[in-house]
Amino acid sequence: MSSAEVASGDVLLAVENVSLAFGGVKAVSDVSFDIRKGEIRAIIGPNGAGKTSMLNIINGFYHPQQGRITFKGETRSKMRPHDAAKGGIARTFQNVALFRGMTSLDNIVAGRTLRMNKNLFWQLLRFGPAMKEEVEHRHRVEEIIDFLKIQEIRRTPVGRLPYGLQKRVELGRALAMEPELLLLDEPMAGMNLEEKEDMSRFVLDVNDHYGTTIVLIEHDMGVVMDLSDRVVVLDHGVKIADGTPDEVKGNQSVIDAYLGVAH
Amino acid sequence: MPVDSAAADTFPKLLIRNAQIYGARPSMRHKDLGVWQTWTWAEVLEIVRAYAVGLHRLGVKRGETVAIVGSNRPKLYWSVMAAQTLGAIPVPVYADAVAEELSFVLAHADVRFAAVEDQEQIDKIQSVKDRLPKLERMVYDETRGLRDYDHSHLTSMEDVIADGRKALVDDPALGAWLDAEIAAIKGSDPSIILYTSGTTGTSKGVVLTGERSVTAAADTVAFDRLTENDVALAYLPLAWVGDHYLNYAQGLVSGFCMACPESADTAMSDLREIGPTFYFAPPRTLEVLLTRVMIRMEDAGLLKRKLFHYFLGVARRYGERILNGQSVPLTGRLLYALGNILIYGPLKNTLGFSRVRVAYTAGEAIGPDLFAFYRSMGLNFKQLYGQTEAFLYITAQPDGEIYSDTVGPACSNVDIRIADNGEVLFKSPGMFSGYFKDAAKTAEAMTPDGYVMTGDAGYFDEKTGHLKIIDRAKDVGKLNDGTLFPPKYIENKLKFYPNIREAVAYGDKRDFVAVMINIDLTAVGSWAERNNVVYASYQELAGHPLVYDMIEKHVVEVNRSLAADKMLAGVQIKRFLILHKELDADDGELTRTQKVRRGFIADRYAALIKALYDGSNEADISTEVTFEDGRKGTISARVKIRDMAIVPTPALGKAA
Repeated sequence: MSSAEVASGDVLLAVENVSLAFGGVKAVSDVSFDIRKGEIRAIIGPNGAGKTSMLNIINGFYHPQQGRITFKGETRSKMRPHDAAKGGIARTFQNVALFRGMTSLDNIVAGRTLRMNKNLFWQLLRFGPAMKEEVEHRHRVEEIIDFLKIQEIRRTPVGRLPYGLQKRVELGRALAMEPELLLLDEPMAGMNLEEKEDMSRFVLDVNDHYGTTIVLIEHDMGVVMDLSDRVVVLDHGVKIADGTPDEVKGNQSVIDAYLGVAH
Repeated sequence: MPVDSAAADTFPKLLIRNAQIYGARPSMRHKDLGVWQTWTWAEVLEIVRAYAVGLHRLGVKRGETVAIVGSNRPKLYWSVMAAQTLGAIPVPVYADAVAEELSFVLAHADVRFAAVEDQEQIDKIQSVKDRLPKLERMVYDETRGLRDYDHSHLTSMEDVIADGRKALVDDPALGAWLDAEIAAIKGSDPSIILYTSGTTGTSKGVVLTGERSVTAAADTVAFDRLTENDVALAYLPLAWVGDHYLNYAQGLVSGFCMACPESADTAMSDLREIGPTFYFAPPRTLEVLLTRVMIRMEDAGLLKRKLFHYFLGVARRYGERILNGQSVPLTGRLLYALGNILIYGPLKNTLGFSRVRVAYTAGEAIGPDLFAFYRSMGLNFKQLYGQTEAFLYITAQPDGEIYSDTVGPACSNVDIRIADNGEVLFKSPGMFSGYFKDAAKTAEAMTPDGYVMTGDAGYFDEKTGHLKIIDRAKDVGKLNDGTLFPPKYIENKLKFYPNIREAVAYGDKRDFVAVMINIDLTAVGSWAERNNVVYASYQELAGHPLVYDMIEKHVVEVNRSLAADKMLAGVQIKRFLILHKELDADDGELTRTQKVRRGFIADRYAALIKALYDGSNEADISTEVTFEDGRKGTISARVKIRDMAIVPTPALGKAA
């Protein structure tokens, strides 16, 4: 999506004056930014800047002590993760969090759970409407498998897969929820160049093909600058910059935060 | 338009014939979204006609080339068919070709249109666009990632087919026009241009005509009795003559079903699901499969392991003889039948070979043990010899006459002659009509009386009457007494022993044959462990007298097998040594594809070569080596040389 379109896009999620503290440690202080429909929004910052905390706030895992979050026009202060999931927010984790003993296929099907409507009775029967539903879900899952090009590991237990592929399966599971907002916590961490390029391609394709809004936490600056439409920079829990990749790159406080300042 | 079988001298005509007589039979399968999709011959004909009209409306003309780039997918095969239906010439290109190779072929073939698989191929072609001024339009199969591309030069195949389908409905005359176009294609018109992979110099475009292709395929279809009930898995590269012949041409001639795997990586499991009846695999693939089976068996429980090895022995004793229809004692037959229930059947099922009726292997020399393993399982693996210029088949082994070291007698209607320098020359029904835009190279490849020079040296085996390929013709030398010396043949014989990793044979313009041998550290190392041979380094192990003894035994066996052959009795190995270091591509001794560079090695180890031929029993050598981190060092060693007894060959009366 071009930046002109994004600039005029509706706000999907807005974070206003949010603060979060664990005891005396202030993880996030008074941060505000918005995420527009259809954009790829990156959150960057040095280690311990509060990026993952921010993601956990967005999907309702942490509850901020102060501030407001507005998602699809609805303001809330407290929300549980499964409410977020139902509302259309999916995520992947910094450390892969899959069911290691299950196959890739089953892991991705697990992502459909919230979309299965037939009750346990029908599902146990495996008959009529439940079967029809199952076939529909499987079709959808197969589309994702095709999309991510993981046909050859469909039946492989996830625990046996190399790291890069596990990350891809995790993305597949998040996509299976058909989310409106997809939160990716360091999708390229620990990958080699080729895997990074593949993953970048997939992120762009997801955004393009499904029109999914994406929030991306990433350390690889090259990836961030190439992929994202807008970037938020956090440092020690405080927002220090917000803008297009080019604007952020030239920002003095960002340079200072990354390279350090002479005291 | 009814088409007479006998008059079907081009692929488009065969497609019409198949739709008539095999209309409801499956023509093509493809695994998509986890499910096998099937198209019947009638459906394929309808799609190809619509596609051809769509291409025509985009401007594809008779006699023009159309590049086909991608993996084995129905739409790409239909692109080939649609182009041929218009009388245009498809030019398949390897999907994994780098942009450089791609631009060479596309530019050389003057393509205006390209049918490509996906975004990856489009990106690749667009990156070399400035070198392809003639390229006007690409049609693509997979739409993903292409939404934001400039579509002034891109159309999806789906749209082309839909457009053609609509045009055929709107204008009834169009169908008749297409029929006339198909009828107007002559059997002598080019049907396809296959570019050779270019391992020997730049790639050349081999032009094959429709009639010759169909005739050649009809011969082998009859030879192997292929019918519309057969199934093949199309997993070999689309641009390779093997795929075009074995699957495409034979499929159209016999009406069998061609199944396209879901992706290149799933080919093995797709093989199992499809259970082909006709199968081709290069020796390398068979070796990988066997290794995988053996490794898995090592992890199996004791009972299973014992059973496996016991029945493997049974199969080794009786399997091949049963397959060849020779006499086998009743106990052997019973044991083999039991083994089939317990081991061979399940194993074949796991590998996807349960229904294989005819299978071929070709491309390089196959180890006798490897070959025997598959045959003893009851799989009818055979060898063939061929090349692109012949439209694949030159020779093939008939059922019941299978040998691991021959490639069979000439195929039906193929005429083979051996030139004075040992080079194999042939004339065949499917032979090419020339290299595209390269009359000079065409003339170079042909003898004045119309035989094609294969570049391979070989001879007809006296016992079997089969052709034996021994080496590339340009590598074959002569001993001082005039005996033909094929180095690779000798090296391959040695390399079939797991203990020998590499061998380099010398003998051209020498009095006798001498070899330098590289031991295989894994195999010899584990042998040393079992036999309490202590060593501290590769060099020490390689120089160990017991290792020398073991290798000597292998050399004796090789000599014995050479002596059994009148043609090769003179090139028995007289002296050998074991190299003190492994030949390595980093030191330039091997190519990156692990082929020995004989000349370079001769220069580098000149001192050893000298010692091999001056009769000394050992030689000192010091060589510079490159370590993995790029540093250089020197290895010095004293290498021993062993003399070998020459096995007497009464036929030649040349006892040593």
